[in-house]
Amino acid sequence: MTDLLSKFDPLIQERETLLATGVKDPFSLVMEEVKSPTVAMCNGKETILLGTYNYMGMTFDDDVQQAGLQALKDFGSGTTGSRVLNGTYSPHKDCEEALKEFYAMDHAMVFSTGYQANLGIISTLAGKGDYVILDIDSHASIYDGCAMGNAEIVAFRHNDVEALEKRLKRLPADAGKLVVLEGVYSMLGDVAPLKEMIRVCKENGAMTLVDEAHSMGFIGENGRGVGEDQGVIDDVDFIIGTFSKSVGTVGGFCVSNHPKFEIMRLVCRPYVFTASLPPSVMATASTSIRKLMHSGNKRAHLWENSKKLHKGLRDLGFELGTSEAQSAIIAVIMPDLERGAMMWQALLAEGLYVNLARPPATPANMTLLRCSLCAEHTTEQVDQILGMFEAAGKAVGAI
Amino acid sequence: MASREEIMAKVETLIGPFNNKGVELKDDTTFAGDLEWDSLTVMDFVAAVEDEFDIIITMNMQAEIENVGQLADAVAKLMDN
Repeated sequence: MTDLLSKFDPLIQERETLLATGVKDPFSLVMEEVKSPTVAMCNGKETILLGTYNYMGMTFDDDVQQAGLQALKDFGSGTTGSRVLNGTYSPHKDCEEALKEFYAMDHAMVFSTGYQANLGIISTLAGKGDYVILDIDSHASIYDGCAMGNAEIVAFRHNDVEALEKRLKRLPADAGKLVVLEGVYSMLGDVAPLKEMIRVCKENGAMTLVDEAHSMGFIGENGRGVGEDQGVIDDVDFIIGTFSKSVGTVGGFCVSNHPKFEIMRLVCRPYVFTASLPPSVMATASTSIRKLMHSGNKRAHLWENSKKLHKGLRDLGFELGTSEAQSAIIAVIMPDLERGAMMWQALLAEGLYVNLARPPATPANMTLLRCSLCAEHTTEQVDQILGMFEAAGKAVGAI
Repeated sequence: MASREEIMAKVETLIGPFNNKGVELKDDTTFAGDLEWDSLTVMDFVAAVEDEFDIIITMNMQAEIENVGQLADAVAKLMDN
């Protein structure tokens, strides 16, 4: 008998080698208690959270929590059904209304996760004979959406407008084309040149989908994302987003002005063949989304935090993923996985949690310590964080 | 239209900068095995081939191309279309 798990032997070996050096397993952290959007207890130690994507700190918002508790009481713990059968309650419709208000768009469709939103929309929109053109650094959910569908897949170099344009011009003029972009790329925290890219797509007859998972709530005057910030949101055909970052709960969505969009509810398999989200989750999401519409001050403070952390880390001598702060993600580039894991552990010992990101999730085989800031981080906390990076960096010889 | 020999010669030239180990190139030289390319190198090389011949090699097609000869055949076919 062939052991089907033997194909993972190299990864098992790599993990054993890493753990043999004495570092803690960076992928099995447990938070015993969560005190606020920015502080949790990890291994009995109070730890500042700097790797949660909880950009707007909505997880402990009073109104959000109250709405969830009320819906839990009114509608029960779950729907036990698909959105197209018994799984649509009034909180699901209200959440879609909140999204339409937030984005000022005609249609909104809520999925059980952001991953499923990309999986479902991409695989359903682009069928046999169509083309999906995507940035090579796209998120796994975008690649998986491509793999699930029957379209031809064309990749272009990360954030390279000319490479995108050349490829669009080489494709058959009459073929269906979907260009998939992200507002903020989550590994390095860099922003896409959407203005130029959307123009090139329109000129070449391609429809566009932009994943704004890491920009919603924060970037753009109304927090609608990079498309809004660069003035092209009305030219984007489909926006994908998630509730598991700025919104502070779980779920995914697609919003669009396309007049035929509603048919997607019947033809999109990852929407149809799964249970809908619990009504309490929908109530927390819609309350949070409506509050995010009026969070200009929090957005301003998050920008201050992001810029301060970026400058501070650069001044300490760390190599960063972007030359200036472009989003709420600041990526510290480590020389290799072993040093990255050592630094990650040293930071945790100091009382700081960041994400350790490694290939294949990262571009160019990089090992990253990925920091994501929160609007609820105080200026003093950012100072503390910089002190922890300095101490840990010196302890492991990273700076 | 370019002959297969001409295509092969151009492909070999394009492999050059990525052929760090100086592997001798034949029809059955594989990209993953013989040239030991990772996915990133493949991406850069594919982009170079696409631009040289003004074609698109979709990721679906790339999955079927394992060696230099198969690539030359695929390029010839794409240029025919």
